[in-house]
Amino acid sequence: MNKYIERIYNGIIKENPTFVIVLGMCPTLAVTTSASNGVGMGLTTTAVLILCNMLIAALRNFIPDKVRIPGFIVVIATFVTLTELLLSAFLPALNDSLGLYIPLIVVNCIIMGRAEAYACKNGVLLSMFDGIGMGLGFTMALTIIGAIRELLGTGQIFGFTILPAAVYEPILIFILAPGAFLVLSMLVAAQNKINLINEKKAKEAAKAAAKAE
Amino acid sequence: MGNLIIIAVGSALVSNVVLSQFLGICPFLGVSKKVDTAAGMGAAVIFVITLASAITIVIYQFIMVPLGVEYLQTIVFILVIAALVQFVEMFLKKSMPSLYNALGIYLPLITTNCAVLGVALTNVQENYNIIESIVNGFATSVGFTISIVILAGIREKTEYNDFPMAFRGTAIVMVTASLMAIAFFGFSGII
Repeated sequence: MNKYIERIYNGIIKENPTFVIVLGMCPTLAVTTSASNGVGMGLTTTAVLILCNMLIAALRNFIPDKVRIPGFIVVIATFVTLTELLLSAFLPALNDSLGLYIPLIVVNCIIMGRAEAYACKNGVLLSMFDGIGMGLGFTMALTIIGAIRELLGTGQIFGFTILPAAVYEPILIFILAPGAFLVLSMLVAAQNKINLINEKKAKEAAKAAAKAE
Repeated sequence: MGNLIIIAVGSALVSNVVLSQFLGICPFLGVSKKVDTAAGMGAAVIFVITLASAITIVIYQFIMVPLGVEYLQTIVFILVIAALVQFVEMFLKKSMPSLYNALGIYLPLITTNCAVLGVALTNVQENYNIIESIVNGFATSVGFTISIVILAGIREKTEYNDFPMAFRGTAIVMVTASLMAIAFFGFSGII
């Protein structure tokens, strides 16, 4: 059982697709105008990712190596079309707010990347958990970015007012296009800063250890 | 004619494909270190997107609509685009080696550029006819080229600037892109 949980941990923290491997930037920037859009896009991608991973893992011994990329594309496009039709039938509001970016899940590099790097070499169940982990990691990243942008741009999170207009004047630019780049750049810089501090600490620890000897 | 000009200006400048629709971010951030390579990528993108939007709209209107299989558009378009890029690569290698060498590694990279599929889907969504689709494809890719060349120019100028350590690399490129997106708001008054 442990290796299944390890897959989920790996997807959410260790190899988080957005913050660590930096894949799938287009939807990350485009649909994170609010936290609920982020959750919607994240979960839609998660569903497609889990189904694709499972089917590709199941077919891994049947798809010839030379045509595996076109094969993956057909599998992914099929599931994306299914998801798109289901969304437009049952969740039309979400379908409208995500719009063009739902069919564009086909070219989301995370899905292709997991198919190529993991699902075509591992079993169905492990691939399913890999899909769940990666999908949740992606959903988490989109929700965080969406929440920051929504809070700064409208003073709300998930539509609930956190900062009333009397206290905080919303900065509209954060829910427009430039805000997406700005928030992401700050998050990347914050991560770099943490890495730099950790490196410095590691170096100092190494120095101290060398001195003690 | 006026209609076509509005589509062209709208797609190239007002709703710029990279800075306001967020399509094609990967090459925008990845291949924008030098103006030369950025221009090469832009040329390859103009070529492929214009061709792809022409072919996909013809397939959609003359094959998919008569058969009533419009819901298959995502699958059909992505396969057509992947095949097209392969075909263009082989064709250029054989018959125009100089252009092939100039475009080099950028051609295969374009399959993963979501702008190509995005334009094909937009053409269908907006009910553009064949001419309008081709103009829209061309203008969108020109918009991509404009923004990637400008970004590359700025990156060349600021390469040796003394940024804070944490901002070096991707972070400062995104700040630059953000400022460019603000500047492109200025075009929204045109239409």
